[in-house]
Formats: sequence, C-alpha cells, structure tokens
Amino acid sequence: MGAQLRQLRRQIRSVKSTAKITRAQELIATSRIVKAQERVKASKPYARQITRALSALISHRSGVDHPLLNEQPDARRSAVLVITSDRGFCGGYNANAIREAESLVKALTEKGRVAVPYLVGNKGGIWYRFRNRQIGADWSGFSDRPTFADAERIGRRLVADFLKEDADGGVGEIHVVYTEFVSMLTQQAVVHRLLPLEVEDGPAVAESGPLPSYDFEPSAEAALDLLLPNYIESRIYHMLLQSAASEHASRRRAMKSATDNANDLVASYTRQANQARQAEITQEISEIVGGANALADASAGSE
Amino acid sequence: MAKLKVGLVSPEREVWAGEADQVIAKTIEGSMGILPGHAPVLGVLVDGSVVRIKPADGGDWIVAAIGSGFFSVAGDEVSVLVEQVELSDEIDVNAARAALEQAMSGSEGDDSAVAERRARARLLAAGVED
Repeated sequence: MGAQLRQLRRQIRSVKSTAKITRAQELIATSRIVKAQERVKASKPYARQITRALSALISHRSGVDHPLLNEQPDARRSAVLVITSDRGFCGGYNANAIREAESLVKALTEKGRVAVPYLVGNKGGIWYRFRNRQIGADWSGFSDRPTFADAERIGRRLVADFLKEDADGGVGEIHVVYTEFVSMLTQQAVVHRLLPLEVEDGPAVAESGPLPSYDFEPSAEAALDLLLPNYIESRIYHMLLQSAASEHASRRRAMKSATDNANDLVASYTRQANQARQAEITQEISEIVGGANALADASAGSE
Repeated sequence: MAKLKVGLVSPEREVWAGEADQVIAKTIEGSMGILPGHAPVLGVLVDGSVVRIKPADGGDWIVAAIGSGFFSVAGDEVSVLVEQVELSDEIDVNAARAALEQAMSGSEGDDSAVAERRARARLLAAGVED
C-alpha cells in the first residue's frame, strides 16, 4: 500500500473517532437542556410567590426603609457577577458572557466607578486570573447543575459585601451578567442590576388581582429582613438556571457543527483515499502490462 | 365547609400542593393553626420547625421539616415558602441523628444552634422524637 493511502486512512480513522466523541457530547447536552428547562419550570412557583409577597409588603408600607433597597451614592465600587461555565466545548457561550461583562466594566469605569468581578464558573475564573485582574470572589463546580444552596452561598456573600463600606471591600451596587435562554437556537447574554433592589412586578402579580393587605407575624420589619435576602437568592438561582440551560444549548449547537464538520472531512478524505487507491491500481496494471509487453518483445526477438 | 388551597414550595420544586382543612405552622411568637376563612397574614417561620397540613381528602397529616422561610395566607390560599424542606417520609432518620449529634458537639460554631434545631425538626417530622 502506498504511503499516501496509508496516511489518508489514518486521518479518516482519527476524524471518525473525534466525530464519535462530539456526537456523544451533543446527545448528552440535548438531554440536559430538557432537564435544565424542567428545573427552570420547577423554580417558577417559588419565584412567583415570593415576588408577590414582597410586592405586597412593599406596597403596604409606603415608606419602606431597608439597606438593601437604598442607593449608595457615595460608593465608588461596583460588583459585576459574571456567570460562565466550568467546561469548554460550548461555542461562544463564555466569550459572549465575558464580552458583555467587559463592556459593562468599561461603561462603569467611564462613570468613574471601580468594577470588581465576582465570578461563577471555571472559565471566567481562568480568564480573569490570566489577566491578573483583582477578583472579588469566585465559585465553581456547579455551572451545569446549580442547586439553590449554590445560589444561597453567592447571595449571602453579595449581600454581605453590599452592606459593607467601600473601604472594607464593600460595593455600592451589584450587576449580574448571565445568559438568558430565549429558545433552543437563541441565547442572549444580558446585564441585570441586582442591588439596590427593584422588585419586578411582572405579569404574575398584575394577573392575580389586587394584593391582600396582610397582617405580619411577628412584624413587617422581620418579614422584610427575611424576604429580601430570600428574594435576591431566588433571583440569582433563576439566573444560574437560565445560564445552565443556555450553556447546554450552546454546547449542543457547537458539538453538532463539530460533528457535521468531522463527517464532511471524512467524506472528502474518503474520496481522496479512493482516488489514491485507484491511481495505485492503474499504475500496477500499467506496470504489469508494460512488463508483459517487454517480455513478449524480448522473446519475439530471440526466435 | 370551605377548603384551604395549600402550596408547600421550595425554590427547586413544589413539594406538596392540594386542598386542606387545616395548616399548622410555627412562627417566632408561637404555633398558628390556620383554618379556612383566616385573615390575610404573612408570617416568618421558625428556622428548624415543623409544618403540618391536614389534607381535605381525609388522609394522614402531611408533616414536613423546614429550614428558613415564611408563609402567606390570603383568601383561603396558603403558600408556605421555605428554602429547605423535607417531607416526613423522605427523611433519613439516621442522617438526621448524625446531624443532631454533630450539631450538639458544637463543632460548627455559630450555626450549630440552627443546625441542631433543624436536625430536631427532621426527627420530629419523621415521628421518632417528640
């Protein structure tokens, strides 16, 4: 077998095994998108109820005063929470989130604020550490399957830093960059200001009629103290879930095009290999024919 | 008699939903029994307590051990929103005992009081301690 043919066959084998891996990744991601969407759906009742309770609480007491609701005009530091994935192989997912975060950082810097990155996911951590940026905090290990406990951990830390003064490493506002799952084909990196808090009424509240005027047990202040951090954690949980679903969708798309490319390569290599094999056969035949003719000529001359 | 529409909800899933005759929950000021026709109220639950729901179909009481959370009552709708929740039949008694022992040894510092209450609530909900 000729050297060229051997080389091509080796390439075909290697591309085929790559295609198998990317195909498997694609299938895994596809099944996880469905699960991630189910989790988004399962988290809705809680989010709806807590939003409703909080809206009732805030509208009930017109002069609500709580540190988490107040602007901090003196603070110069802003936290930017960037949600990225732990693993690669997901196309532009991390690049998009980080690009969005960087343009936010630029906008904040132009306003004279200092942006402090807080990172979720390995990839974000690597990106920022490679550039020697100062990091507020980072978490990883759950990007594809976040639990509420993860959101709680992140929320506690952010709230604690929000309540601190600038000089102690506190921040005056908190922005989150996450990837919204619009559809299987579209995921959009978006920026959302988490703190100071604006409670989003959303359609759920408007639909269900006027809010009841509650009595509070033990007091409205105690209820607010509990509800606000829980609401923030529920928002963060929602963003983590959206990002996880987007991550799987991006991975599915990236792995699908990788598989398609690998199959195209296999097809073109196979064609080249067939050509090379045919060329070899043709050459062999012409050599045999040439040899036979030469023999025939030689024996014809000797008679 | 009117029925209560009850939802026991955690951030990750809806744990129990259905009609009920009565809900008993524990706030910082004491236990509260909620019957149909209750005035609107929003209460903070004791972290590490037990919520009991009496289903309208006459079945056994639903008992759940809960962590931090609150409940709201409005127009015969009761929503119990809690960050950690376990129904009595999901509780691993041995794990709860181990958690209680660990909490009582005080190795977790400030959180050990909460951890102890939560472990006790789980045992109580599972019906092995009172």
